[in-house]
Amino acid sequence: MRIVILGCGRVGAQLAKTLVAEGYQVAVIDKNSAAFASLGSDFPGDLVVGTGIDEDVLRRAGIEQAEAFVAVTNGDNTNVMAAQVAREIFGVPQAICRIYDPLREEIYRTLGLETICPTLWGVNRIQEILEQG
Amino acid sequence: MYIIVVGGGKVGYYLTKSLLEEGHEVLMIEKDPRKCASLIDEIGVNVLQGDGCEAATVAEAGMNRADAVIAVTGDDEDNLVVCQVAKQKFKVPRTIARINNPKNERIFRQLGIDVTVSSTELILSQIKQVIPAQSLFHLLTLRNVGVSFIEMEVPPNSPVLGRPLRELDIPDDCIFPLVIRGEGEAIIPYGDTVLQPGDQVIAVTYEASEGKIRQILYG
Repeated sequence: MRIVILGCGRVGAQLAKTLVAEGYQVAVIDKNSAAFASLGSDFPGDLVVGTGIDEDVLRRAGIEQAEAFVAVTNGDNTNVMAAQVAREIFGVPQAICRIYDPLREEIYRTLGLETICPTLWGVNRIQEILEQG
Repeated sequence: MYIIVVGGGKVGYYLTKSLLEEGHEVLMIEKDPRKCASLIDEIGVNVLQGDGCEAATVAEAGMNRADAVIAVTGDDEDNLVVCQVAKQKFKVPRTIARINNPKNERIFRQLGIDVTVSSTELILSQIKQVIPAQSLFHLLTLRNVGVSFIEMEVPPNSPVLGRPLRELDIPDDCIFPLVIRGEGEAIIPYGDTVLQPGDQVIAVTYEASEGKIRQILYG
């Protein structure tokens, strides 16, 4: 199964390494090639330098064969646009994007995107800890 | 009308000024506090400092009563999100997005943006030497009615030469409101207008007929 990941920061890199170890075919896109260093020199997946909201870049990363697309750049808007391009233009079955802004996350979840909101998770978890203490 | 313009760069600035001069109520939203300070000096109180993609900010801007939202930041993805938030959460009737990458026009349309304006294509269409023989340029696309304003140049070997417009089998869902000839002579064409090589034809057409028009002009 092929997965395309946009954004090779902490989450993107960690996710890429984990998925590759589980046997997935992975392509990682980042606009800065220096970001790929965190994958290690023996990373077997595909590395594509470019912006993930550009159709041609996505094609080079093999989006047309992908079963899932994960957008985890540090920009909410880039993630949201890329995930929509993946889903609406390329028909990728699962398009996941990280959105830090809780209000925006709610809007895009209502629009049908699979979203993760670390802000809300963080707040909920901290609340739990405070309640336990 | 109450219009919100997101993006306080040059485009946003001149757009806001023009809309104010036309008598509309306009609010500009700009992220950079320093730009805001100078904008407020020039345009007055119609500037809100904040991120036009943040629902909290635009709620404060009264987006729920806006008649139109125009996103003119320098980043296509920001313009997309501004318009989607405006439409989905605040039900703004009309959303207009500037796009820099011409390829995004199709994507934006598919994602529900009412009108896209591609600055790149507009400028390209002005550079005559760069226009290849068989291209049509989208000047403006009205998504919700499926209509495009396109510009084409009549090539030297065009099948339309020597024949009046009425003989050209132009589809019913399309018209040529304007032809620009030579160094800026503007012609309103009629049935007996004959196109010449080098004429810039502006056509308004339903998208389904774009292919037919291309065939008529380029063979």
